Amino acid sequence: MKPAPFDYHAPESVAESVALLDEHGDDAKPLAGGQSLVPMLAMRLTRFEHIVDLNRVDELFGVAVGNGGVRIGAMTRQAVVETDAAVAERVPLLHLASPHIGHFQIRNRGTIGGSVAHADPASEYPAVMLALDGVAEIASASGTREASAAEFFESTFMTAVAPNELLVALRFPSWERPAGFAFDEIARRSGDFALAGAAVGIGTDGQGRINRAAVGMLGVGPTPRRAASVEAALMGLAAADADAAEIGRLAADDMDPVGDVHASAEYRRRAGSTLVGRVLADALAQLRKEAGDG
Amino acid sequence: MADQKSLSMTVNGRTRRGRGEPRLTLADFLREQALCTGVHVGCEHGVCGSCTVLMDGEAVRSCLLFAVQADGADITTVEGLAPDPETLHPVQEAFRDCHGLQCGFCTPGFILSVAAFLEANPDPTDDEIRHGIAGNLCRCTGYQGIVAATRQAAAAMRAGE
Ligand SMILES: Cc1cc2nc3c(=O)[nH]c(=O)nc-3n(C[C@H](O)[C@H](O)[C@H](O)COP(=O)(O)OP(=O)(O)OC[C@H]3O[C@@H](n4cnc5c(N)ncnc54)[C@H](O)[C@@H]3O)c2cc1C
Ligand code: FES
Ligand code: FES
Repeated sequence: MKPAPFDYHAPESVAESVALLDEHGDDAKPLAGGQSLVPMLAMRLTRFEHIVDLNRVDELFGVAVGNGGVRIGAMTRQAVVETDAAVAERVPLLHLASPHIGHFQIRNRGTIGGSVAHADPASEYPAVMLALDGVAEIASASGTREASAAEFFESTFMTAVAPNELLVALRFPSWERPAGFAFDEIARRSGDFALAGAAVGIGTDGQGRINRAAVGMLGVGPTPRRAASVEAALMGLAAADADAAEIGRLAADDMDPVGDVHASAEYRRRAGSTLVGRVLADALAQLRKEAGDG
Repeated sequence: MADQKSLSMTVNGRTRRGRGEPRLTLADFLREQALCTGVHVGCEHGVCGSCTVLMDGEAVRSCLLFAVQADGADITTVEGLAPDPETLHPVQEAFRDCHGLQCGFCTPGFILSVAAFLEANPDPTDDEIRHGIAGNLCRCTGYQGIVAATRQAAAAMRAGE
């Protein structure tokens, strides 16, 4: 259980990091929190000649508010995302999803950029990014570009970030209020990867009609999924009339679950769509509370 | 073969220097070069928590860090938790009192995790305690004694402040 030998690089800027990735191509791999990459190296599921450690690149850390949303540097630790006041206020789904990631010791090292770049379909942040139409800022030696969440997650463990590119930051829009947000998942044990999970955001106009609905799902396909049928059914409804359990069941159509040793495809589909209904009910309750307070 | 790197970090209050390939994990550095064999290595891939140490005050898996990454850091292992050789840390005291251990393999990881957990959450509910210890596995105790120990340590640490 020891990684194969590698050359270690500890750049201190994005420019230096992308220069290293450009020089070494497929032989190089960025190291963020190491909570997924190091186990894979230790089990020799993968090996790289060059490891480019991002932990000393200060410009990749931190949360900034602006342009109608929040920009989070790729190296921002999951524990910081979990406790940051601006994130909790402006992008509540990230705050609500964070405690479901592994254990606190994992979140002390694991990063939001690593979670998204790793693109495990059972992972929490990718589903939130997809639900909220987050944007990825990506750098390479030849410049910077952006990718929407919809184009970012290509397939299981595969993203729009090429081997010579670096994920620099993620941007999430903040929603107008009142709005309701909820996150939950089903897992065998606390901290395990989810068998199925859902992230829901609901917004209304002045008359209490739903004019914004975002439903992200994890664990129910080769990539994170959006429950487009659920979102469509919610739009225009009076929030007070929405039958969450009934509408949640529509999510089964938006899934493409893969059966594995943890749960069959059919179990994921049934449990997942029941879960979407429950999380939707929580989000609607949250919305009522906020509308009442406001 | 990758180059050997020279390493220097503070371990339990003392500067420790050593050398190793970049792939040397922090856990192996602490055990083999700093001689802190209280750092137990179980799974070597982040699942069991037995290798937990404090790095700059935060509980982390030392099997998922390379020693080069900890260059310059301040590390606490179970050997460095007690204030002096005659006194146990309240968490250690509580594990002894409440039968929080049997074989002891998982114990250093639990002790450091619980110490960090109680630092952040001094008055946890039983449910919060169970979530707090979920990142550490124990094959012997059935966890009841560990939950009881965490409860006792929380009370002792609150009283001590
Ligand atoms: C016991 C345990 C339980 C866990 N449970 C969960 C869980 O329930 N949910 C969950 O989501 N995760 C879980 N994880 C994984 C954890 O959240 C990881 O932290 C995360 O998946 C990867 O983030 P990282 O910062 O550790 O990245 P690393 O492991 O360092 O990197 C992961 C991958 O992303 C790439 N990468 C990282 N940063 C960048 C970047 N800026 N640009 C380009 N590529 C980059 C790396 O090259 C690598 O391929 C668990 C891990 C453990 C050990
Ligand atoms: S040895 Fe590090 S978590 Fe198991
Ligand atoms: S006491 Fe034996 S593994 Fe926990």
